[in-house]
Amino acid sequence: MELVLSAAIGVLTASGVWLLFRPRTYQVIIGLSLLSYAVNLFIFGMGRLRVNAPPLLEPGGAGGLLTHTDPIPQALVLTAIVIGFAMTALFLVVLLASRGFTGTDHVDGRE
Amino acid sequence: MNGLHHLIVLPILLPLVTAAVLIPVDERNRTTKGVIGFVSTMLVFLAGVVLMRAAATSQHGASVYLLGNWPAPFGIVLVLDRLSALMLVLTSVLALATQAFSMSKWHRTGHHFHSLFQLMLAGLNGAFLTGDLFNLFVFFEMMLAASYGLLLHGSGPLRVKAGLHYIAVNLAASSLFLIGVSMIYGATGTLNMADLAMRIGTIGPESRMLMEAGAALLGIAFLVKAGMWPLGFWLPAAYSAATPPVAAIFAILTKVGVYILLRLSLLLFGSDAGNSAGFGQPVLLYGGLLTIGFGAIGVLASQAMGRLAGYCVLVSSGTLMAAIGLGNGAVIGGALFYLVSSTLTICAFFLLIELVERARDAGADVLAVTMEAYGDIDENEEEKEEGVAVPGTMAVLGLSFSACAILLSGLPPLSGFIAKFAMLHGLFNPGSFGGDAPVSGAEWTYTALLILSGLAAMIAMNRVGIRTFWTSIEGTIPRVFLIEIAPVLMLLAVCAFLSLQAGSAMRYMDATAKALSEPQNYIGRVMSAPRAGPTGGQ
Repeated sequence: MELVLSAAIGVLTASGVWLLFRPRTYQVIIGLSLLSYAVNLFIFGMGRLRVNAPPLLEPGGAGGLLTHTDPIPQALVLTAIVIGFAMTALFLVVLLASRGFTGTDHVDGRE
Repeated sequence: MNGLHHLIVLPILLPLVTAAVLIPVDERNRTTKGVIGFVSTMLVFLAGVVLMRAAATSQHGASVYLLGNWPAPFGIVLVLDRLSALMLVLTSVLALATQAFSMSKWHRTGHHFHSLFQLMLAGLNGAFLTGDLFNLFVFFEMMLAASYGLLLHGSGPLRVKAGLHYIAVNLAASSLFLIGVSMIYGATGTLNMADLAMRIGTIGPESRMLMEAGAALLGIAFLVKAGMWPLGFWLPAAYSAATPPVAAIFAILTKVGVYILLRLSLLLFGSDAGNSAGFGQPVLLYGGLLTIGFGAIGVLASQAMGRLAGYCVLVSSGTLMAAIGLGNGAVIGGALFYLVSSTLTICAFFLLIELVERARDAGADVLAVTMEAYGDIDENEEEKEEGVAVPGTMAVLGLSFSACAILLSGLPPLSGFIAKFAMLHGLFNPGSFGGDAPVSGAEWTYTALLILSGLAAMIAMNRVGIRTFWTSIEGTIPRVFLIEIAPVLMLLAVCAFLSLQAGSAMRYMDATAKALSEPQNYIGRVMSAPRAGPTGGQ
């Protein structure tokens, strides 16, 4: 599982960074989205990978490191997803405005 | 737990509530919106002054506010100490000036100016007050999201292009921020800054590498914000494309990066950090020196005043980064004075530029290649302008411009000189902060660059001043209103007041530097903060 997750983060980051350096605004926004997916998975992974371990305590039961996983990274991921999503939407608007003003989708506004 | 204690949360809550209240108000009532926003900022300013007095006289150093009333390492906290109180007051002074300036006509060039402005203030104040790394990210994003909107305020192809670059750079930096924060959490298991500072000295070698890598990534995110060479190429373009009041308030945004670098490097990587002590200092020092050099060359090379001011921002943050990197507590005191003085000056300069350039026909100046940055002002010119015109316009503008030149280049008698003098004095007389170590090569370079960057600013300001005030071809006198020149004069008066009261100001800054170099007090206060209410009281 560790290998799958780290490979996924690696592939997402590599594609994201490559797209970020491309000259088209659409490529940049897809690159930023991929990068933010990679970051979200990375934050999740920093809570250590555990199977069948809930992050929340159940009524009556005592919590323990053996039966429960760290809830904080999951809460952080949730916040990061919301913020990242809002920023992508905003960037999309600016991208369209730039396209409208310059008539091209080059990041510098000219070919 | 008295009323004063709850005042700590006001600089975040009040702008947030004001922004929300202003959104549904119709855009035609924008003067009312502006007045409401101004009153709110004024209240935050007064709260900031009260908090600053409390921080200056308290013998404990830091006051801690437990949001949600959970004890420190588990719940999130706000921490008010001398440094954060200083930044709160500085932010609200700049906000008052730029808000008043925007009410003459700039808030008409787009929608929701005042709401965005208040949201940015909430984010800024939150970033200065928070004692938790992830909350720092949230407040940072809040501030950035509002700043994207403000940079695009007024629209036009140039602003949209600059905004596109600004947003892309900052989104990438935010990704690095998150990676850094989560790596630090993975290595140490905490996000509370004080708790982190306690654990850093004791973590094992296998986690230490991960933690340092996380801290380095986090640092890059702040260095992008502070505009360190080579991460700051976006800055002059973005700042010169923004509308003048927005560019003026953006002067504080780079200082957020500097503030966090200062806070974290002294708290986390002080002398108690074991093997990590002094981590990242060489990067800050040499990066800062390179930034000063790059900024000074940029200042000399720029023809348009907007870009000149943008490069002045780079020189200012380079000076501060290098001062942090020197790791000398006596320099930090002077650097804090420089931070206040240079931020006020740059803010006043950005506001003044628009007033001065109003008279000049953009096409008449062949050299000013980037002048089209202000091109779309003309489209708004036909809007009715109201207010009291200032008599002797050119004299007032000229004197303000000279004051800016003196402050930027660090000549006596104004506060720019005192700030640089205090830094150099600290450099050569470490006093209680260090032994009698000989002055190193990097310190000599810093001294030389500090003085040369002042010279560069002087030359550039002279050239621009002569071109604008003495050899103006058209000879038209700009129409300047009282509400536009008053904020500039207010900011310059604050600088003059700082020069007059330099003794007490420097005492405050030195005490701040001393508190920062002894983080045990801060850590102790945060970790032992008592809970409120009947269930609290340990």
